[in-house]
Amino acid sequence: MNFDWTEFWKYLFQPTNVYLHGLWLTLSLSVVSQSLGTLIGVAAALGTQSRFRAIRALVAFYTWLMRGTPLLVQIVFIYTALAAGGIFRFEDIDLGFVVIPGNIQAAIVALSLNEGAYMTEIIRAGILSVEHGQTEAAKSLGMTYFKYMRRIILPQAVRVIVPPLGNEFNAMLKNTTLVSVIGVPELLLATQMITSATFRVFELYTVVALYYLTLTTLWGFVQSWLERRFGEPSRGIAQNPGLIDSLRKMFTREPVR
Amino acid sequence: MSGDILQAIGGVSPETKDKVVEAVGVDKYFGAHQVLKGVSLTVKRGEVVVIVGPSGSGKTTFIRCINHLEKIQKGRILVNGHLIGYRERNGRLIEDSERNIARQRREIGMVFQRFNLFPHLTALANIIEAPIQVRGVPKAEATETARALLARVGLADKANSYPAQLSGGQQQRVAIARALAMRPSLMLFDEATSALDPEMIGEVLEVMKELAREGMTMIAVTHEMGFAREVADRVVMMDEGRIIEDTDPNQFFTAPASERSKAFLARILR
Repeated sequence: MNFDWTEFWKYLFQPTNVYLHGLWLTLSLSVVSQSLGTLIGVAAALGTQSRFRAIRALVAFYTWLMRGTPLLVQIVFIYTALAAGGIFRFEDIDLGFVVIPGNIQAAIVALSLNEGAYMTEIIRAGILSVEHGQTEAAKSLGMTYFKYMRRIILPQAVRVIVPPLGNEFNAMLKNTTLVSVIGVPELLLATQMITSATFRVFELYTVVALYYLTLTTLWGFVQSWLERRFGEPSRGIAQNPGLIDSLRKMFTREPVR
Repeated sequence: MSGDILQAIGGVSPETKDKVVEAVGVDKYFGAHQVLKGVSLTVKRGEVVVIVGPSGSGKTTFIRCINHLEKIQKGRILVNGHLIGYRERNGRLIEDSERNIARQRREIGMVFQRFNLFPHLTALANIIEAPIQVRGVPKAEATETARALLARVGLADKANSYPAQLSGGQQQRVAIARALAMRPSLMLFDEATSALDPEMIGEVLEVMKELAREGMTMIAVTHEMGFAREVADRVVMMDEGRIIEDTDPNQFFTAPASERSKAFLARILR
């Protein structure tokens, strides 16, 4: 077997700046796109219940389109095809302290739009899981739609939304690799750049796999904490265990309370 | 449980109109099925009206129309002199805006069969939610009122409990306090004790009776004939979507006018 352990350990524990920058991009793209995707999902989920047929049709078209085409195609379409067709070109944005390159903007747009379609269904299911009596009680107290959605229905829907949301973020961490095709130097592209100079393909892809595994594993801990925190709202949020407490109990295999 | 529940919200509503509810010729359909057939009912300030009748007679649907949880197809319902759920344009009724309907509902407290407390909020938070969010009452003031209300319904020590930690009877008392915190001029009770275990019915009825004695205007759909006998000013009997009898409790229980009322009483008082 041709495996250079020295190279392997070096890249695993002393990653270069290119690699660290890739890690940062992977994480920030995931968090930003998941957040935006969730916001899109909330808006679109409410749209599915609109009394205006045009809004319902628009949401149905959006989810059909985004779930029916490959994410990789969407990414290339939004960044490359739109520019080639002379429709829209993502230009670098200079915020003064930082420049956001066009391809990163396109990556965020594509990942968020794609994620939003999946979140729409998840959030819709969450809203529908809340008993209708809750809406009636809120209405009878004089609350209007947006008020009772925000204060009464969505907080209860969270219980149903959080577990699949956790899975979505796990997928998001890995799906960010796809934006390497439009030149966003996230972890995978960083790995490719290093291998093209060093030819240590076996070692570096083992390292990058371990990095993703670490990210998803750490997220798994956060996810089970989130599920505990929001899992049983009737028990009360204030009485639920903190993150550190949950982690400790997770390893001691004791059920939390 | 101490008396003077309404003192916690500054006494009965200052509303001065004599007629709190005025329903005229209300028709209501679920699809092709007509559940209300020309229902008319007037409730004066301070009156306690109990609506009875066999299941499917339309009594629950009717009180749900009074705060526009159900639309009506014909007739009109006025609360404190204002048309509920609709406004009139060129002699026709069109559904009112969501904002206006919500504003009218502030004046109408409703207690549900299944309590419908907000499970993610404590008893106290359930009560202060609408006063703060809807009426814009400062939190400290809302909290003070809520604590007073909880004390008066005998749950001073349950302020920080979540609904799941309360018994059915306790939940329903919190639900009554929650509705009262909006300082309504009318309270609707939709079979408020029907989902309760027998030993918990009494504690909820006590609160309802106390409210009745203190002058709250109430419409209660209930099977509790003891409640009707004790505090109702009028008993309204519904059957097949119509009001077939509207009389004082004494008359109703001793000498019901119609055969159907007699048959209903015979079944329920067995």
